[in-house]
Amino acid sequence: MNTSTHYDVAIIGAGMSGLAAGIRLAHFGKKVCIFERHNAVGGLNSFYSLSGRKFDVGLHALTNFVRPGVKGTPLTKLLRQLRIDRAEFALCEQKQSRVAFGPGGETSLRFTNDFSVFESEIAAQFPVQIDGFRRLVTKIRSFDDVSLDAAPVSARAVVREHITDSLLEDMLFCPVMYYGSAQEHDMEFGQFVIMFKALFLEGFARPLDGVRVILRVLLDKYRRAGGERRMKCGVTKIVAHAGRASALVLDSGEEITATHVISSIGAPETERLINSATGKPLLTPGRLSFVETITILNRQPAELGWGRDTIIFFNDSPRFDYVCPDEPVDVRSGVICIPNNFDYGTDLNLPEGIFRVTCLARYDRWAGLPEDAYQAAKRAWFATVQSSARRFVPTITDNALAEATLTTDMFTPRTITKFTGHIGGAIYGAPVKHRQGRTELENVYLCGTDQGFLGIIGAMLSGISMANYHILQKG
Amino acid sequence: MTKEECKKVVLDIIADIAPDEDLSNVKPEVRLRDQLQLDSMDFLDIVMELRKRHGIEVPEADYQQLASLDSCADYLTPKFLAVAAKG
Repeated sequence: MNTSTHYDVAIIGAGMSGLAAGIRLAHFGKKVCIFERHNAVGGLNSFYSLSGRKFDVGLHALTNFVRPGVKGTPLTKLLRQLRIDRAEFALCEQKQSRVAFGPGGETSLRFTNDFSVFESEIAAQFPVQIDGFRRLVTKIRSFDDVSLDAAPVSARAVVREHITDSLLEDMLFCPVMYYGSAQEHDMEFGQFVIMFKALFLEGFARPLDGVRVILRVLLDKYRRAGGERRMKCGVTKIVAHAGRASALVLDSGEEITATHVISSIGAPETERLINSATGKPLLTPGRLSFVETITILNRQPAELGWGRDTIIFFNDSPRFDYVCPDEPVDVRSGVICIPNNFDYGTDLNLPEGIFRVTCLARYDRWAGLPEDAYQAAKRAWFATVQSSARRFVPTITDNALAEATLTTDMFTPRTITKFTGHIGGAIYGAPVKHRQGRTELENVYLCGTDQGFLGIIGAMLSGISMANYHILQKG
Repeated sequence: MTKEECKKVVLDIIADIAPDEDLSNVKPEVRLRDQLQLDSMDFLDIVMELRKRHGIEVPEADYQQLASLDSCADYLTPKFLAVAAKG
């Protein structure tokens, strides 16, 4: 033990939240090391290369976009806290997105980064509801969503005080849940507010080159602040002694010590690393996982008539069920993302067309399959997911799509667990959040999705908040 | 270190942590929060940067002394002088 390396702070996981925490701590002179099991940074928002192509995972769009000059929002706070010039993210705004409900998307609400578009769509299509909707928005705008000790309230209950049409209620919940809820059926109102602001009151943007631009900026800040990182080197055990973490055991078998530990890997996942006296894990992992199909096109989606929408949240059924399905995939609802449909400026766009579709999926229906059956299931569900989603974009023939398709890929709940270590492929973590980031050990804190700030901006703010609250404010 | 120099140090820090704020007309007698969009996270950073750059400690109980540029100068100038005397 005497010879082991000691850090002021050890951070588990090099995702957005771990990197952001690391930048803060390193900037203020702490000796920090980030331990990451995977060979790439980014965690749930990363990218991979296949046959010379780079694919983004996770990020459809950066939410919380506001234009320069708008202050006091999560994006501005994040840029200030990490000393990032907003030009470094090179954000390009969405064109327009939609919530499309009904078997053929009969009811459709458009929204853009200008909130008045969404409001006027609701006024036109749900005239009886618009006053209630405006009251709800007023409540959302004034709600303190970053309070670290607010009492939990049902978002469905609050929304129903203002919206009495279940179709509109579901159309509001669908995007908000798909982009961040770890809870089935309902959400905590504070979480709903965070996502509603992120999606509708603020907006969508992305860098032309996708999530890797953001990761590059974070890594560069971290490195220049003097932070260390160890890749392909996860933490297998947190050794507990008298209510504190006394050491971390790494994948290599090596032991290191740290005054503070910040874990971004999830609350149940962290609990399972702690070699505690209580033995049995008490925290329940989340059940919500997803599949995503990715189709690479040899032309711009606009040439297929798909040039208008950036993101489409769809649902074909009378009610929207945000729940872990019995089947491997639930194709009744989902999210379409066409990354070509951000406004990258005149004559600038991605070199190939991309059509991504995300649907709810059930981890245990994928986890145990032998390799052959797993590959066969991926092929079968790819086709089903894509047909379902195509009902919500302008019609093209199967032949036309086949001719335009260069290649495809798909990730499943199993892929998520393999690359991120999240139990059950639970992208948004566990349903119960820990706002103050506390764990059973006094010097181990959570950041990231299970701390409860959502989206990638939320993830970074979570890392910042926890580093400030538990470490920097205390000197 | 004069009080004017001290105000300049604080303004330089604010310029780095909040580059999107216009600092050309900051009134020294008016609370910073009332003329700039600074929240508690930003004030934490002013304190942290004072420690990092100048070795000056501001205990949490004294954060209110940083309300305006004038109060910053009154409170921080003796601290700067004490650090200089030691160094």
